[in-house]
Amino acid sequence: MSTRRRRADGGVAYLDVQGTLRERTVDALRDRTLRGNLDTAAASWGEGREGMRRDHGLDEMRERAREIRQSNIRNLPALLAEMQANVRDAGGTVVRAADGAEACRYITGLAKARGVKVVAKSKSMATEEIKLNEALDDAGIEVVETDLGEWILQLANEHPSHIIAPAVHLNREQVAALFREEAGTDDVPDDREGLVAHARVRLREKFAAAGIGVSGVNLGVASTGTICVVENEGNARLVTSQPRIHVAVMGMERVVADWDEAAHILQVLPMAAIGQDAANYVNLITGPRREGEADGPEEFHLVIIDGGRGALRGTEFEEALACIRCGACLYSCPMWRSVGGQAYGSPYSGPIGAVITPLLEGPSSPASRDLPFMSSLCGACGEACPVGIPLQDLLVRARARASSPATRKSGIAFRAWSRLWRRPATYRAWMAGWRLMLRARGRNGWVTELPGPGAGWTEVRDMPARWPPRR
Amino acid sequence: MRTCLSDAVAPSVWKASRRVLERCGVDVKVPRSQTCCSQPAWTAGHPDQARAVARHTLKVFAGTEEVVVPSGSCAGMVVHAYPEMFAGRPEEEAARDLAARTIELTQFLAKHDLDPGRGSRGPVTMHDSCHMLRVMHESESPREALAKAGCEVREMQHTDRCCGFGGIFSITFPELSARLGEEKARAAIEAGAREVVSCDLGCLMHITGVAHRQGIPLRARHVAEVLDP
Repeated sequence: MSTRRRRADGGVAYLDVQGTLRERTVDALRDRTLRGNLDTAAASWGEGREGMRRDHGLDEMRERAREIRQSNIRNLPALLAEMQANVRDAGGTVVRAADGAEACRYITGLAKARGVKVVAKSKSMATEEIKLNEALDDAGIEVVETDLGEWILQLANEHPSHIIAPAVHLNREQVAALFREEAGTDDVPDDREGLVAHARVRLREKFAAAGIGVSGVNLGVASTGTICVVENEGNARLVTSQPRIHVAVMGMERVVADWDEAAHILQVLPMAAIGQDAANYVNLITGPRREGEADGPEEFHLVIIDGGRGALRGTEFEEALACIRCGACLYSCPMWRSVGGQAYGSPYSGPIGAVITPLLEGPSSPASRDLPFMSSLCGACGEACPVGIPLQDLLVRARARASSPATRKSGIAFRAWSRLWRRPATYRAWMAGWRLMLRARGRNGWVTELPGPGAGWTEVRDMPARWPPRR
Repeated sequence: MRTCLSDAVAPSVWKASRRVLERCGVDVKVPRSQTCCSQPAWTAGHPDQARAVARHTLKVFAGTEEVVVPSGSCAGMVVHAYPEMFAGRPEEEAARDLAARTIELTQFLAKHDLDPGRGSRGPVTMHDSCHMLRVMHESESPREALAKAGCEVREMQHTDRCCGFGGIFSITFPELSARLGEEKARAAIEAGAREVVSCDLGCLMHITGVAHRQGIPLRARHVAEVLDP
């Protein structure tokens, strides 16, 4: 369990995680409950997704989704300018923030200027990325997460483990225990409906007190300046309409050109994310309440975050910007499914997190530089991605970009390797030596301890000294 | 192409592959000067070191007809990664040319409708290696070859799931790698097979290595060895 801490340097990864990435995977592997919870979630996602492929042609929809997002990223500056102009025309305010710190300064400044004491939030990974909760907390402003999963995590003082389903690593009993602690009573039911009803009552009280509602943005539609917020609980609808001020936080890459494109992506998103052909709520918001309208906030602020994204355009990592944050690559990933998202130490976990966290932070950030290596490159992620991001290729490229004592060490080893293995004579000599070593160390056909880098192999498994291996 | 893992741990695999092809009447040459496809350095994030070794491989196999590889992973490296590795470089055309001529062993058998005759009877269970499945996009050809050889295959649960080998990953995150390997080994046993078969030696070394450490009674053989008992 972690205590949330703010980052002054605008980094993405969490600073309060303990140990190395490998140590965190070992800890997570010991947690049998976690593994069971993740398996249940991933299996249910897998079933839903199979249905989407079978009955709704998700695979065919993917190609168009890829084309749309590629073209969005190519035309990003123009789309953002159009989006900005249309939001302003609708009476909203647009702020372009170069990094998370700038975005947080704007939002806390706004809260202070309007005398706001309580901020209600719906689920948003962008605010998790910029550490908005920590910034508001530092400014003495109370933050209430209104998404059920996020609220559970707020009570548990934990980081989300999945982009879409932040508390997916916890089971019903664990959630009931948290609710009892928060309510100060044992009188909390532990069936699903009872838990949701309990949370609904507790959270409704908070909406009334909030002066600002903060939401994320799934898609911005440039042609009309509309933001789309997709959700299943109805809390985002309240967050974006009840408080006097609505602040929407959007990563700069989340913009599409028009409603044709938006309609396609909004279909693909829930199919890939939760294996359903529609989300329960799709909120479409264009500016604040207009004259004569009964509902909606008085002020609408759209905060668009660069945070290192702009610099990725035109690079070999550009395709990562196409991501629509559906979380499909997480569920499909054998590594994520084994250790959960928290071990990654970043709001963005799984394959996409292992690619973009170090891209947004820089190649030598100790908090994220090892992430691209935590993959067997099995390619299940690229196959699951509804916008066709070649995640396994991006992971390999991200490895080449990483810089750490470990990469420098392996760089030296591979320079020697390369000299030996590009020449037949030295290659054959190396192989002869290796086979001699296997034979010398072998006992009953198995080597249980290898020297050098091979030690990592025999820490957990044996090496056959002859083939086919003996039983 | 022999593959470096076969050279290092199981020369019987490339030798069996040659015999299988020759029994089908294929004229096989195994260039003595070949080394490695360079995947270890490429996936470890050292493209320059990888390129130097891959350049040698381009030379060795220049001017040959089809290049048959008893590994979905090494074949996938040449087919999928070589064009990217040499993009915009003088060797780009040679890389694309080799990529177009490279094929995995059982894919080659299926493509030319070759039948090497009887193999082991089994029962075995088949592990789909990730690169065979998701880079070479193939799961049928090894099963077809085993069926033709009269070998009974008992499918295990989640045969398309990664065994956790992942090359360099297996030694940088050994615990995570071994957990997935153990799950794979147990799934193989549950399928009612005593032997796991795959088109990739790397997966097999890993699965069988974990199984042996954990005391799981599982044998392993490369698909070529099952086709050439």
